[in-house]
Amino acid sequence: MSSTLNPDAGASGVGKAAEVHRLGEASRPIAGDEKAAGSSKHRVFSFRRVAAICTNTLTELARMKVFYVLLLFALILIGGSVFLARFSFQQEFQILKDISLGTMSIFSSLLAIVATARLIPQDLEDRTIYSILAKPVPRFEYLLGRLGGTLLLLGITMLAMTALFLVMLYTREQAVLHETARQMSAAPADQVAQTMQTIRAAALNVNLISGIVLIFVKACLLTSLTLFVSTFASTNIFTVVVMVFIYFIGHLQGIAREYWLHQHGAGWATRLFLAVVALVFPDLQAFNIVDEVVVGTAIPMLLVLKTAGLGLFYIVVYTALAVVVFSGKEL
Amino acid sequence: MKRFVLIVVAVVGFGLIRLPLEQHLVSAQRRLQFAEFRPDLGLREQLGQLAFIAAFSGFRAIVADAAFIQAHVAWERTEWGRVLLLFRQATTLQPRALLFWDMAAWHMGWNASVAALNDRAEPRKALRVKAQREYFALARDFLERGIQFNPERPQLYESLARLYKEKYNDHARAAEFFAKAAALPGAPSYEKRFAAYELSYCEGREQEAYEALRHLYDMGERERLPTLIKRLKFLEETLNIPPDERIPD
Repeated sequence: MSSTLNPDAGASGVGKAAEVHRLGEASRPIAGDEKAAGSSKHRVFSFRRVAAICTNTLTELARMKVFYVLLLFALILIGGSVFLARFSFQQEFQILKDISLGTMSIFSSLLAIVATARLIPQDLEDRTIYSILAKPVPRFEYLLGRLGGTLLLLGITMLAMTALFLVMLYTREQAVLHETARQMSAAPADQVAQTMQTIRAAALNVNLISGIVLIFVKACLLTSLTLFVSTFASTNIFTVVVMVFIYFIGHLQGIAREYWLHQHGAGWATRLFLAVVALVFPDLQAFNIVDEVVVGTAIPMLLVLKTAGLGLFYIVVYTALAVVVFSGKEL
Repeated sequence: MKRFVLIVVAVVGFGLIRLPLEQHLVSAQRRLQFAEFRPDLGLREQLGQLAFIAAFSGFRAIVADAAFIQAHVAWERTEWGRVLLLFRQATTLQPRALLFWDMAAWHMGWNASVAALNDRAEPRKALRVKAQREYFALARDFLERGIQFNPERPQLYESLARLYKEKYNDHARAAEFFAKAAALPGAPSYEKRFAAYELSYCEGREQEAYEALRHLYDMGERERLPTLIKRLKFLEETLNIPPDERIPD
């Protein structure tokens, strides 16, 4: 079957052939359904079909060795912590957290854009998409499966990076605590306790998790937006370039919005331009709470939930738009 | 074409729907003193193009850290002008990072000022002292601006109090800032004591200082530290406190 689909595709082609095969299985009514629904009635939405595409997308992306970014992340963490040992513990922890969270943010965003941008153009090039859509698989299920697979990949990557980061931070915290306890062995107990508390407060805190969750939400938002752009893009290079621009403009959207809403002295052309930026581009800066988390600002859970809710709203709308564009696309 | 127009309308419509949500979120963040970073063209000139773009792409903290590490290297080479410039960058990018304000003030007030006073290239002492005072002023400026951005945290008030105490010998201002630090949540217990100690050095405020120290003394054994007892005895002598009201020897 794979040779019929794409004789030069190698391992990836085999995977895609397997996907098409699984979709055939998934689209076939199961025994229980046959009894319930009569003969071979096709379901409008099948979770099994979406799951099959989702699993295949994850397998394809994993075969592209994207998990090597984790190795790079680990190297940055270890290298950074060795270099930072020359600073005081407050400086060390702050810079270690900044570097780790910044690296997580850039890796997850890059992964979201690059991995999603290639999905539809690659399927068109390999002609796999025709085999999939020739089965009773609606186009929106195909898109949802592709999106789900990429989000799963992002989730696994984020979990691994978070674990690495927390282990590194905990190890450094324990080393500093041990060293401080040794140096302060003659000091009064309350002074030692206060110092230990200061060290612990400078290292691990629960707000870090909120910051990481919002980095993940931002990456998911970028995934859904990239999927939307790739539905009308002809090549993945176009999608990546457009998304890089959106990424930069998205971080400035807040400033444009503020000026548009509050600076009434500007000319109409400027205001129109600012309005377009504010209304068309997502506010990516809103998801960057890690800068505040690292410097010790307490982040209320309600604010984290509201920001995550806004992110979810973006994801749903961009996915819906992608579905609308893709359903009318001539393949 | 029809579909294209529909999509454009949908994107703009979505923008209009989410506008109040985004504004609400920004207001909530402002209340928590988020987003105090205010970009300007001066920062663009200071940072260079690449770092400026990075600062606007969600990597503000990393650019600030890079400036801080460079400042550390410049300090090791005693390049004080560069230390000042780099700390200005770091504090502009991360105004909520107490560490940057504190370190900037420490380098200016304690390191650069001493280097200026001992500058062998400048034979005239008056000019060396003038340069030293300019560095004190820079340290004070860093701390005062840091407090503006972080009014609810005690650390920078304490640093400013130490600057007044150790560099300006201004005990009244030192007492004022130790007291301000002590009044904030999360302040160490010694701030209140330090405020009272500093007050005890201020001429004309001995009675106020005595009451503050006596109040601390009466709080129990924990507060009866050698410096507190020494300053209290000094004030008892100065104010001629009756023997039966004095603390035991």
